[in-house]
Amino acid sequence: MDRRRLFKLAATTALATTLAAGAALAQEAVKIGAVGPKTGGLAGGAAVSFWPNVQLWAHDVNARGGLNIGGEMRPVEIIEYDDQTNPGETIKAVQRLATQDEADFILAPYSTGLNLAAAPIFDRFGYPMVTHTAISDQIVELSQRFPNMYFTLGGATGLAGGVVEVLTKMRDAGQIGNKVAMVNVADAFGIELAEVARPAFAEAGFEIVYDTSYPLGTQDLSPIVKGAAAAEPDAFVAWSYPPDTFGLTEQAMIEGLDVKAFYTAVATSFPAYAGRFGAAANGVLGAGGVAATSASFQEYAARHEQVTGAKPDFWASGMVYSSFQILEQAIEAVGSLDKEAVSAYIAENDFETVMGTISWDENNNNAAYWTVGQWMDGVFNGVASTGREGAIEPVAKTGWE
Amino acid sequence: MKRDAWQDLALGAVLLAVAACLPWFGGSYWLSIGVTIAMYTVLATSWALFSGPTHYISLATTAFFGIGTYTTGLGIDHLPYWVLLPIAGVLGAVLAGLVGLATLRLSGVYFVIFTLGLAELVRQIITWVQNFSGQKGLYVLTDITEADIYWQLLGLAGIVFLGGWAIGRSRLGFALRIIGDDETVARHSGINTARAKVILFMVPGAVAAIAGAILAPRYVYIEPLLAFTPMLSFQVVIMALLGGTGRLWGPLVGVIPFTFLWEAISASFPNQTTLLLGLCFLLIVYLLPKGFVGLIESVRRWAKSREGYA
Repeated sequence: MDRRRLFKLAATTALATTLAAGAALAQEAVKIGAVGPKTGGLAGGAAVSFWPNVQLWAHDVNARGGLNIGGEMRPVEIIEYDDQTNPGETIKAVQRLATQDEADFILAPYSTGLNLAAAPIFDRFGYPMVTHTAISDQIVELSQRFPNMYFTLGGATGLAGGVVEVLTKMRDAGQIGNKVAMVNVADAFGIELAEVARPAFAEAGFEIVYDTSYPLGTQDLSPIVKGAAAAEPDAFVAWSYPPDTFGLTEQAMIEGLDVKAFYTAVATSFPAYAGRFGAAANGVLGAGGVAATSASFQEYAARHEQVTGAKPDFWASGMVYSSFQILEQAIEAVGSLDKEAVSAYIAENDFETVMGTISWDENNNNAAYWTVGQWMDGVFNGVASTGREGAIEPVAKTGWE
Repeated sequence: MKRDAWQDLALGAVLLAVAACLPWFGGSYWLSIGVTIAMYTVLATSWALFSGPTHYISLATTAFFGIGTYTTGLGIDHLPYWVLLPIAGVLGAVLAGLVGLATLRLSGVYFVIFTLGLAELVRQIITWVQNFSGQKGLYVLTDITEADIYWQLLGLAGIVFLGGWAIGRSRLGFALRIIGDDETVARHSGINTARAKVILFMVPGAVAAIAGAILAPRYVYIEPLLAFTPMLSFQVVIMALLGGTGRLWGPLVGVIPFTFLWEAISASFPNQTTLLLGLCFLLIVYLLPKGFVGLIESVRRWAKSREGYA
């Protein structure tokens, strides 16, 4: 067989396969847009918490036969765009999805800044916007302006308040004293958390014996940790970002910063954290958390690993998936692709998700969210929340061995 | 003034008027593309005003743009929006003036390196101030629509073109062309080269800051990572070079095809966007070393020489 005929045969086979697949998916697919960072500053976080869940959700829905829309099973088709961690690109991509691809629904983008950049467009086209990674203390104002925007992950006040609550609990149990060393990354979210925590610690009767900040991207964190150790604190609290969460922990091990409560913020809940520090991570406190022992989360985590080949993190991952579930349940309950009706349904109902029940307050905010979790034997379980079930008691950290 | 000059001005005004009709005909998708084109036209044209004649490559666009964004972000709750735009312009011009005084007496390489670091410097200063004062996240919640932003950018583009046209006909423009050809000759002819360069460098500084201030309401939430994205400086340089800096309209013919190319790549290859853009940069540099302006002019020359034979 010469090369040309071989090619023809291959082409025919490919065509036949495509046609057969097309026949199996006789129903027209529901187009779902997904915009998030694949490159740029937030690509690392999105690769852990966002994109695998897009893949998993599409897989789960299509494995069940698709979305049940008024008795008709229709598969979902995901249209993905990389926003390069640039709000201008997020805006363009959402516009493209809404007008060129005519997406039936669009999943909320990744991170606070990119969600807020996209919010006016979701609002203009009437897409429901169930955010999963937007953390804000301005929810009242935002929900008035963007009535179809929903918040699930909480705000800085709650996250910082959770830490104060946990430390207070540990102090009352006699596990720690009242001296706290606090550091923060000098960037938007780190500054905000430190600003909220300072008066909250004072009010709870803690003494802040060390309080400093470091620029985003600082490589050498040893002066920070040495300074904290010299102040002989009972607890170490770092309002940190992904690179420094790891860096501070490493330095604390090197310096032997032997505190009974050690907290780092963003990315402590990533599976890579336990992967890197192993047993030394035991007892480390961090931002977020899940009810890790709940059947719904365990079943989700197993499926996540099986389908995407990676473990979910113990905070945002579950919420990202839950936000997709909320959209899915609302679409099926309404039984049509009417954006307005789906939005109205989301506003008026509670939802059962892998993170448990999600319900809204008057500001479209999920007021009950996880604030602090703690590593123990490879699992990061929630120890404090603003009203979720499944929290376990925090324990004192016993060294870095 | 010569008749040609008036014709150029009239043509520019007509094109601007046509462009201003986009929000009524284009729909929201084309409007968002329009905003991107208008933004890069403003940035690349003002960039070329300075870098074209002087051959100093400035990578400071992001720094000025970020300052403008933060001016709106910090000021929107306290001052009327319209006051913020000139404030941003003044801040951008002052910063450009300071940077110019510090670096433009040096040779080109030092200038490039300094401007590259400037965005990071400004970003760190702003973060430090925020950290110091306990400033929370900045929200810019206004009723300014995408069409408003588009028209403002078009207006700014009109000002930039008019300014560039005027500078090209002024003593300053003449001085800069001489500096670009040979700085020593310029100095010996009695031109205060440092002053001329500093004054002209303030133009892209002010324009980029105003553009940042105009676009802040579009981003809603202002944070350093988003306001000081280093990519912006490079994109502006690449678009201006693709067009060609020898003519005032040069960057424009770079911005428009590049925006569509960018859009096509983003839409078709979501997983390889950055990779393919990098390849396009390489191709542009190899195939169009003088930009579209060079291409258009060599086609013109070729056509003329053919006429000569006919």
